[in-house]
Amino acid sequence: MNAVSTKPAAEPAVVSRPALAALPKPSRIVPVIAQVVPPLIVLALLGLGWEYLASGPNATLPPPSKVWVDARDLIVDPFFDRGGLDKGLFWHLLASLQRVALGFALSAVVGVALGMLIGSSPFFMRGLDPIFQVLRTVPPLAWLPLSLAAFREAQPSAIFVIFITAIWPIIINTAVGVLNVPQDYRNVAAVIRLRGLAFFWKIVLPAAAPYIFTGLKIGIGLSWLAIIAAEMLIGGVGIGFFIWDAWNSSNLSDIIVALIYVGLVGFMLDKVVALAGRIATRGTQAS
Amino acid sequence: MHPFLDITKLSIAFPKSPLPVLRDVDLKIERGEYVAVIGHSGCGKSTLLNVVAGLLPATAGGVLLEGREISGPGPDRAVVFQNHSLLPWLTCYENVALAVDQTLSREMNRKQRHDWVLENLALVHMTAAKDKRPNEISGGMKQRIGIARALAMRPKVLLLDEPFGALDALTRAHLQDQVMEIHARLKTTVIMITHDVDEAVLLSDRIVMLTNGPNATVGEILTVDLERPRDRLKLAADPRFVAARTAVLEFLHSRHANPALQAA
Repeated sequence: MNAVSTKPAAEPAVVSRPALAALPKPSRIVPVIAQVVPPLIVLALLGLGWEYLASGPNATLPPPSKVWVDARDLIVDPFFDRGGLDKGLFWHLLASLQRVALGFALSAVVGVALGMLIGSSPFFMRGLDPIFQVLRTVPPLAWLPLSLAAFREAQPSAIFVIFITAIWPIIINTAVGVLNVPQDYRNVAAVIRLRGLAFFWKIVLPAAAPYIFTGLKIGIGLSWLAIIAAEMLIGGVGIGFFIWDAWNSSNLSDIIVALIYVGLVGFMLDKVVALAGRIATRGTQAS
Repeated sequence: MHPFLDITKLSIAFPKSPLPVLRDVDLKIERGEYVAVIGHSGCGKSTLLNVVAGLLPATAGGVLLEGREISGPGPDRAVVFQNHSLLPWLTCYENVALAVDQTLSREMNRKQRHDWVLENLALVHMTAAKDKRPNEISGGMKQRIGIARALAMRPKVLLLDEPFGALDALTRAHLQDQVMEIHARLKTTVIMITHDVDEAVLLSDRIVMLTNGPNATVGEILTVDLERPRDRLKLAADPRFVAARTAVLEFLHSRHANPALQAA
């Protein structure tokens, strides 16, 4: 027994061990390639298909090659400004984004406040919920004539359309979030006698935050949908009117470039709100 | 002289059920006593605790704490909830600090409250994890933070609602030892809901056994006459421990067997 157990124990001290083979490091570049290559291939195929379909003699839309030739200065220089409406896409997008930012910020503040109110008061829930359920189905553009009549100016009307479009999902999600604050948290608050505003600020708001951000994410998407349509009607600087203007002067290539930009910006808006939500609700969703 | 905590003719009925959950519960608890309430699932143990906590109203009868009727929840009756109920967006420190800032801001200044939070975290040996969020620590650690939060309110009565029910056996034993140690040190009055017979006998001065609900009431009260500090290893073979354990088992499984199980 002894000999058996001591011998192996003594050995490693004498025998020098071979250096451990380094573990193969996982490549960092391979997963990136695996992510990037498929969309590039699909994009190239779609481009080729489009080129083929739009190159025939009866084609009504320009192929990508023609878009590039027609709208080259729009694509390569989004920052030019020749005065009036003759600006690069950056300026049009910036004007649209400013309207969205203002309208969306207003709807976020008012929407969260109203959502909190109807989520925490059965009276307001019963009173306001049916009205909201009807109003939220009204298409954004249907509000435009009324808001033009009320504000008598294009800028506030467009902002109001954004506001009224984005507010419903924010209200409804916030209210659901407040209703879903777990009874456990309410019990904790009751035991430490946390009431009124402090209760809202320290328990309800953080507990409902994931729901609120879901509402905000839907809201920003709807705002971006609505601003393009609204700007087509109200005119001025803005990506919506840029598209309408290009249609009126038959610049189909410009429209296609603008559409791509609109899509990319909408995608970024969604990601920005999602990121803000992830930062703000760190830890809340798990456990 | 009133008893410290006096539950008198307490009945609790929920609006939708014809029979009350608990009927005519009488229980008197002295200062510093450790009382376990045991019974089958659905007998109203947790309901009883919630009424003492003030989270539920009594239908008839009432609860007096130091001669004053309780009418709502408050930090003098701190609760350790079954599922820990820590706020997931706060760190462990902040969870305790929220309770301390809310309940002791009159007695202590900012510095004192900070030290008091740390002292309570140290009491449950959680100083190292104070800056972690609840989802980064284990179930046993969460429950310890829950205990620290409750103790930090300087409660007159500590209410434990099946505090170790969701934990594995080893973690549970470890936490039971810590609770015994804290109880010995602070002499807090404790009411603990449990369905674990060993836990009840090991920790308690008295075990309140509830009959089956609805219309559940106190069936029997067993005084556990074992000196403290108690050692789970030595007690396992102690005839008094075994006798107490048998008495509770006898009550639960022979005289008041779970009706749901019998039907099955």
